Amino acid sequence: MSTSDTITTEHVQKVVYDALESFGAEPSQFAPGTTFESLDIDSLDLAELSQVVADEFGVVLKGEDMKRIKTIGDAVSTIMDRA
Amino acid sequence: MRDVVVTGVGAVTPLGAGAHTLHERWAAGVCAVDGGEAPCADFDPLSTMSRKEARRADRFTQLALAAADEAMSGAGLTEVGAVPPERIGSIVGTGIGGLATLESNQEQLLDRGASAVSPLAVPLMMGNAGAAAIALRYGLLGPCFGVVSACAAGANAIGSALRAIQSGEADVIIAGGAEAALTPLSRASFAALDATSHAGISRPFDVRRDGFVMGEGAGMLVLESAESAEARGARPLGRLAGYGTTCDAHHLTAPDPAGAGAARAISAALRDAGIGPDGIDYVNAHGTSTPLNDRAETVALKTSLGERAGAIPVSSLKSSIGHLLGAAGAVEAVATILALRDRIAPPTLGLEEPDPDLDLDYVPGVARPFDVPEGRPARAISNSFGFGGHNAVLVLEAA
Repeated sequence: MSTSDTITTEHVQKVVYDALESFGAEPSQFAPGTTFESLDIDSLDLAELSQVVADEFGVVLKGEDMKRIKTIGDAVSTIMDRA
Repeated sequence: MRDVVVTGVGAVTPLGAGAHTLHERWAAGVCAVDGGEAPCADFDPLSTMSRKEARRADRFTQLALAAADEAMSGAGLTEVGAVPPERIGSIVGTGIGGLATLESNQEQLLDRGASAVSPLAVPLMMGNAGAAAIALRYGLLGPCFGVVSACAAGANAIGSALRAIQSGEADVIIAGGAEAALTPLSRASFAALDATSHAGISRPFDVRRDGFVMGEGAGMLVLESAESAEARGARPLGRLAGYGTTCDAHHLTAPDPAGAGAARAISAALRDAGIGPDGIDYVNAHGTSTPLNDRAETVALKTSLGERAGAIPVSSLKSSIGHLLGAAGAVEAVATILALRDRIAPPTLGLEEPDPDLDLDYVPGVARPFDVPEGRPARAISNSFGFGGHNAVLVLEAA
């Protein structure tokens, strides 16, 4: 499914931010360069994030993708590339 | 073998948060059963854990963590380094585990398909989650596992911890049980077995008893080698003096009517403690309020304690908070330790019409002090029995 015509970086970022906040991360620290490690976001959180992303944008992030993604910005740009 | 003492207790029960709340309210005759169930209605997981911890935990694990927090604080073990973490373990019993998690994910699976099942489903529903969450929170690196033996699980967890400390495998173990099974599937399943009360009343040993009332909660004890407690100046609340565990191998759910397996467990626990029936002052009964249990347990007490059975008070906490399934034995051990401290037998509530066939002293309605012979500490047994024929008996002693 390609929906990139309608998806904006702001929208993707908001979905990612909302998900991270619901996982218990501190929103005041959110920025594109923030690492998941510094937010105490671990592999289980990222598995949940990939589920949210699949529901919202139809983008499937696999295990290899998640290993490569280290920051919020990495996640947003990977989702934008695939959407 | 090494002596094992209790240096901390914690509980979250339908009577409220805290071991002392449990003890004081039960002794005062408060019944927490409401509408045929006994939930921990005021439990707020966020009072003792972060939002992240709470969402990584099924309710049974949240209850375990909250009870563990109280027990570990009371034992003075929340400071890093009080005891080397390699020497501390966590053993937690549960009857069912994360049942609400299982049910909600099954619903997702049926409604929205496999991709909607949460990655947290397995780590939340697994029966060992309580033990693991406690170890993770406090950085405990010693023995860590769950115990599964239905309504005997809490007592079996405590007994397993006793053995681990006696053998030298660990110096401290936080041990207990947790259950949160007030769910549609569990209600329907126990009702289908005709195990739960139609009247919605828990009245152990009463002639009108017609089943148990389901409750939820957690109980935790910090068990510690006497040397370890002494070395760090921790004051014991009591001592875990003995443990006996057996199986009926009689029926999948019904107890042996002769109570033979339960009697063997009681006798084994007394032998383990090196005492006879005269060394016991109080019995914290399993006392579920089912027709079969209360009868078989009475027979088992008479078989194992002989004439002494008729001379000592026997009471059931389940009359106040319902049946906490896999948490019951642990919560009852916590209540027993505090009852021994005060030398008070808390009451069996709702027992108004005695069953003519059940003739022990069940402490109906009102708490009562009990006598302890000069020259020795007050002692009690706490009985737990479970579907599957599991019997687990603890001998507890006042400090």
